[in-house]
Amino acid sequence: MARRPAPPLPSALKAPPPRPGEGNGPLSPVEQAKEAGITVVDWVDERTSLSGAARWLMFRKVPKGTNWYYTLGSATLFAFLSQAVTGVFLAMFYRPDAAGGAYESIRHITDDVFLGQFVRGMHLWGASVMVVLVFLHMGRTFLFGAYKYPRELNWVIGVVLLILTMVMALTGYLLPFDQRAYWATIVANNITATGPLVGPYLGDFLRSGPEFTATTLSRFYAIHMLLVPGAIAALIGAHLYLVTKLGTTAPPWSKVDRRPELSETEV
Amino acid sequence: MNRVEKEQYLRDYSVLKAQGKPFFPYAVAKDGAMACVVLAVIITLSLVLGAGQGPKANPTTTSYVPRPDWYFFFLFELLRVVKPSSLTQLATIGVPTIGMILLFLLPFYDRGPERRPERRPIAMLTFVVVVAAMALLTYKGAHAGDPTTIGMATPPRIVRTGGATLAEYEAGKAVVAQSGCLACHKIGENGNDGPGPNLTHVAARLPVLAVARTLVNPTAPMPSFKNLPPNKFKAAVAFLSQLK
Repeated sequence: MARRPAPPLPSALKAPPPRPGEGNGPLSPVEQAKEAGITVVDWVDERTSLSGAARWLMFRKVPKGTNWYYTLGSATLFAFLSQAVTGVFLAMFYRPDAAGGAYESIRHITDDVFLGQFVRGMHLWGASVMVVLVFLHMGRTFLFGAYKYPRELNWVIGVVLLILTMVMALTGYLLPFDQRAYWATIVANNITATGPLVGPYLGDFLRSGPEFTATTLSRFYAIHMLLVPGAIAALIGAHLYLVTKLGTTAPPWSKVDRRPELSETEV
Repeated sequence: MNRVEKEQYLRDYSVLKAQGKPFFPYAVAKDGAMACVVLAVIITLSLVLGAGQGPKANPTTTSYVPRPDWYFFFLFELLRVVKPSSLTQLATIGVPTIGMILLFLLPFYDRGPERRPERRPIAMLTFVVVVAAMALLTYKGAHAGDPTTIGMATPPRIVRTGGATLAEYEAGKAVVAQSGCLACHKIGENGNDGPGPNLTHVAARLPVLAVARTLVNPTAPMPSFKNLPPNKFKAAVAFLSQLK
């Protein structure tokens, strides 16, 4: 905090400076309250040293010329978070019961639950938005040549994330358990089962046997809300770590100006 | 990229990065604005289009044409444009798998140092072709008919026979139309020509029992219809075995 200039008083009226070793005395309660936030952060940082990581993440520089196209990645992340939040609320009401409970619980969410149809609509359309954003983000990365050295590994992680997003879209499709969901899943599953080598095994694994049974629905549900989202979250972490470590690419048209006075490294 | 090009890139990049702005607050502000746009779009879609619910899943009456969600239309349409059944597996498994492998390995076979799009003609041409193909397949997939009726004149010999044969023929026509067969098969002027074979003259190729056997134990990706109620199943077989 900046100190205000002292009033122009004669020296006899000024408070004596603190004696050596006394410090500034205990803080008044008001000052303590003002410092509370800093005190808490200090307390946590003294035990975790997280402030370095936070500085590394937040106060890194992004290259000159970074534009709106660079927000597509974070927009995809945000769509994923939106899916996670709405998904949690849907999971509070959904029952993976192929005997009729699943369809009935979706009807209950849509018709009875407060804001149920709204949240389900957000989850349903959020899936489409996320798929679109994933593809736009990949298109941007491709056009800007951002998959090249040294970011090859991040591209590979990104492709895995794209495939996992499509797996989410596919497994989520069955859960409402209406005709469309059921038959589209049967066909998708039959296609999977025709694959070479692992195809039949994968098909049997997804169906939990040679036939579509009650277990198939709960298996798709577990894959949709536990397995794949966990994998996506972990891979997003790795993706972001590499982005922060390697830095976002500069637009390929950027001119490099090598005058040293422009290249201050301090923020 | 050889070692010189790599070092040149890293040097240039460090200069560009040093001349850039801090992530917080500049990039964070843009990301935050974009997040608001994304949220607004999702909420608008939810409010305008809502979340419908189709009829309850019923393994016995397949009165729904199976269609994927729109982002799988390009795979769905790919399956339909590849007609010969010997190539079906190429469309269902082959092309998507090869596409994924090519996508995975992109940074390992495209190792040139050039990043400007106008100086990467092969990459840009591939990009345009792939995007155009996916857009076209998605568009065609979206407009593929999903009819649930068959508009077809009953052959005179069946009308002449009349009675139970005629009734069963008409019932079978309705069952076939409502069972989603037309999503993949063409019957007369109805339905989609592919991925399944054209059924207009199926009875000329297959005897009655073979038709019934195929419905029970089909070639993937066609679903089995063994769960249809017996009278509907019998009617469907009767209808199909009249398609000469």
